[in-house]
Amino acid sequence: MLNQSPWKVTLVLLVCLAGLIFSFPNLFSRATVDQWPGFLPKGQINLGLDLQGGAYLLLEVDSNAVIKDRMDELTNEVRVALRGAGVGYQGLGVVGDAVAFRLTDPGQREAALEAIRPLNVASGTGAGLSMFAPGTLSGGMELATEEPGDGRIVLRLSEAGRSARLTAAISQSLEIVRRRIDELGTREASVQRQGENRIVVQVPGESSPEAIKRLLGQTAKLTFHIVDLDTPLEVARAGGLPPGSMLLGSDEMGPNGQPLQYVVRRQVVVGGESLVDAQPTLQNNQPAVSFRFDSAGGRKFGQATQQNVGQLLAIVLDDKVISAPRVNEPILGGSGIISGNFTFQTATELAVLLRAGALPAPLEVIEERSVGPELGADSIRSGVLACIVAGIAVFIFMLVYYGPVFGLIANLALVVNLVLVFAVMSFLGATLTLPGIAGIVLVIGQAVDSNVLIYERIHEEVKNGRSPIASLDVGFNEAMRTIVDSNVTSFIAGIALFIFGTGPVKGFAVTHCIGIITTMFTAVTFTRMVVAYWYKWRRPRAIPL
Amino acid sequence: MAHRLRLVPDGLNIPYFRYRWPFFVWSAVVLIATAVMVTVNGLNFGIDFKGGTVIEVEMPGPADISAMRSTIDALGLGAAELQTAGSDRDVLIRMEATEDQNEQRARIEQVKTSLNERFGEGIVYKRQEFVGPKVSNELLMNGVWAVLISVIGVLVYLWFRFEWQYGIGALAALVHDVSAGIAIYAFTGMEFNLTSIAALLMLVGYSLNDTVVIYDRVRENLRRYKAMPIEQLLDRSVNETMARTLATLFTTLLALIALFVLGGPVVRDFTVIMILGVIVGVYSTIYIAAPVLYYLNLRAIGTAPPKQPAPVPAKG
Repeated sequence: MLNQSPWKVTLVLLVCLAGLIFSFPNLFSRATVDQWPGFLPKGQINLGLDLQGGAYLLLEVDSNAVIKDRMDELTNEVRVALRGAGVGYQGLGVVGDAVAFRLTDPGQREAALEAIRPLNVASGTGAGLSMFAPGTLSGGMELATEEPGDGRIVLRLSEAGRSARLTAAISQSLEIVRRRIDELGTREASVQRQGENRIVVQVPGESSPEAIKRLLGQTAKLTFHIVDLDTPLEVARAGGLPPGSMLLGSDEMGPNGQPLQYVVRRQVVVGGESLVDAQPTLQNNQPAVSFRFDSAGGRKFGQATQQNVGQLLAIVLDDKVISAPRVNEPILGGSGIISGNFTFQTATELAVLLRAGALPAPLEVIEERSVGPELGADSIRSGVLACIVAGIAVFIFMLVYYGPVFGLIANLALVVNLVLVFAVMSFLGATLTLPGIAGIVLVIGQAVDSNVLIYERIHEEVKNGRSPIASLDVGFNEAMRTIVDSNVTSFIAGIALFIFGTGPVKGFAVTHCIGIITTMFTAVTFTRMVVAYWYKWRRPRAIPL
Repeated sequence: MAHRLRLVPDGLNIPYFRYRWPFFVWSAVVLIATAVMVTVNGLNFGIDFKGGTVIEVEMPGPADISAMRSTIDALGLGAAELQTAGSDRDVLIRMEATEDQNEQRARIEQVKTSLNERFGEGIVYKRQEFVGPKVSNELLMNGVWAVLISVIGVLVYLWFRFEWQYGIGALAALVHDVSAGIAIYAFTGMEFNLTSIAALLMLVGYSLNDTVVIYDRVRENLRRYKAMPIEQLLDRSVNETMARTLATLFTTLLALIALFVLGGPVVRDFTVIMILGVIVGVYSTIYIAAPVLYYLNLRAIGTAPPKQPAPVPAKG
């Protein structure tokens, strides 16, 4: 009991010192700490969004839309392939999550299968899949072909094709969301993937998530199409659309106060993926968006405008026509201006969206929480106050109840405990939430438990007539087993909370678990050491417990 | 020996075990009442678990709830529930989940716009939350899993470190404590949300701590007093640890009361559950966890056969 190995003492003192050093940065503002020289620890406890204010959004990638998009694309590919091979077909279209058609001459089955075979490749033809090396798909094939008889052929995504498609969509969405959020200019915004098809966006300091939702609520798929002037609107509305054209709405108001509609050719002249820049600008004193293509896109755009002088060029965003200006002359410079029904804000937002790129599928907000900075500041203030008062109350109780010597030792252990909790949290960059503060208050209440266990045990041994030194020795040893058992049990519960819990549950688990570890440390080493030194110094004839 | 203040006199000898039946009946009544209450009335689930929208606003002056309600009702968005929170300027607006997520999300903006139009721009939106039905189900399941996994982990640990009877005893105490916690929610109508799960689990953590301390003493006394009848041994263990039990209960309560008074409205419900919970935890250790050991016939298994001469009591 009395002989503490000098190594152990040094180690304990080092840990306490490290605790002080690592919790030290929390006393300063982030900006001050950033200017410190490199060798100093700079980790600070992260405040949760509930304490500093901010917005939390949980988004889900619409997997049905991803599949549907692929099927639409596939329909076009099948059409081109069958025509190229001279195979007659009818009723080609998307049915549920598959593409189906019927052969006019069932005898052409072999030829048809031969024609569509090249479509079925591991690497896929969509932009999203190109990032996967061929062979990523188990079994290699993206599509599964079914022939329910009667000359019908059905193509649907294979299991592997489906999952590769979804994985690609989520990674791409993640990237685009990240870029769009970066455009907000908020420091420390975080975008993370969660589970199979979800994205968590956390933006500290942003208390109104509306702006973020507007930013993420659009897929922002930009395409340029030539307007089909040969098909009058009335014919199109009555269902007389030629196969290569489509009817699109617009945000622009017509003279009669109704939103305009356009018939445009399906073929995309050039798409948003070729954009390299977009900026808000003014045109004729109206807010507008200027854009620039990469060289390939610029060439395509140049050619198309050259061939279509005098035609209308529809600028389509998410299946809505922004505007459809007349092509007066070929646009060869690879850049242009989108004018339309913009305010300065919407023009800026569109520019941001275009720069960041299109989402492969719409994102749905399935959970949203935001806390204003005022409430967060209130919470910190009351949390800190509660911690201080709780600390003082426990401090006084221990002093009164266990006397100046042992009370003070317990209180020292308590302070070391709190310093270590802060140090560990700073070192790990753990997040402190409001329930986490509640956890710390509880740590205060329970940190003294180990001292109480030790003291009560020593008291019992003294009562049983042991000598002071034997009482201390037995007291510590017997109490230690209890401390370990009870703390390990609580720790197991805490770890389960940390792993399976979400939100406030997790925030609580973090401080609770760290608190248990530091409590065990101080109980096993620190308290024992201080008591040993006290005994050697005073050599008391009786233990004041 | 120095005289000092003690919460518990030395040589305490309360025969807890003899008075067990009234407490067993009391616990049984509470459990049954809770079960009935929860089945009939249900818990007041917050939006975390049933989905929906919450907006917390701070009005520039004392809030006119009925005027606010009529403003929001005029939007025709379905039933909105308004109540003051904290001061008379703070108002909580709750709206139930709808089928259409997009519509539900759009409501927040509509409500904000209409409140701004009616009451001016001085309104501070302190907090807004929206939880879709898909997420709320998952949050509830995650909460249940967290509870189950932690309970299983604890049982396995106790089984390894002690005997299986201790595991069962701790489990019984745990079930009792969680039920008592839920009972508080059921009877007071306090909102049951994610934070409630954290509160329940922490109460479980505290109660377990308490149980393990006494179990530890039971195990030690079993080795020390080979011939002592188990009832007497359980009483002795509880009495010997009572000083520690009360001192720790006292410091924990001090800290929790500070949190209750000063911690602000957000953690208040949490603290209420914890304060009642730690008391329930101490109770359940004495009247659930300890008696279970008696009924599971611990003495017959945990020790050497009684016919052998009892060895000298273990000394430090």
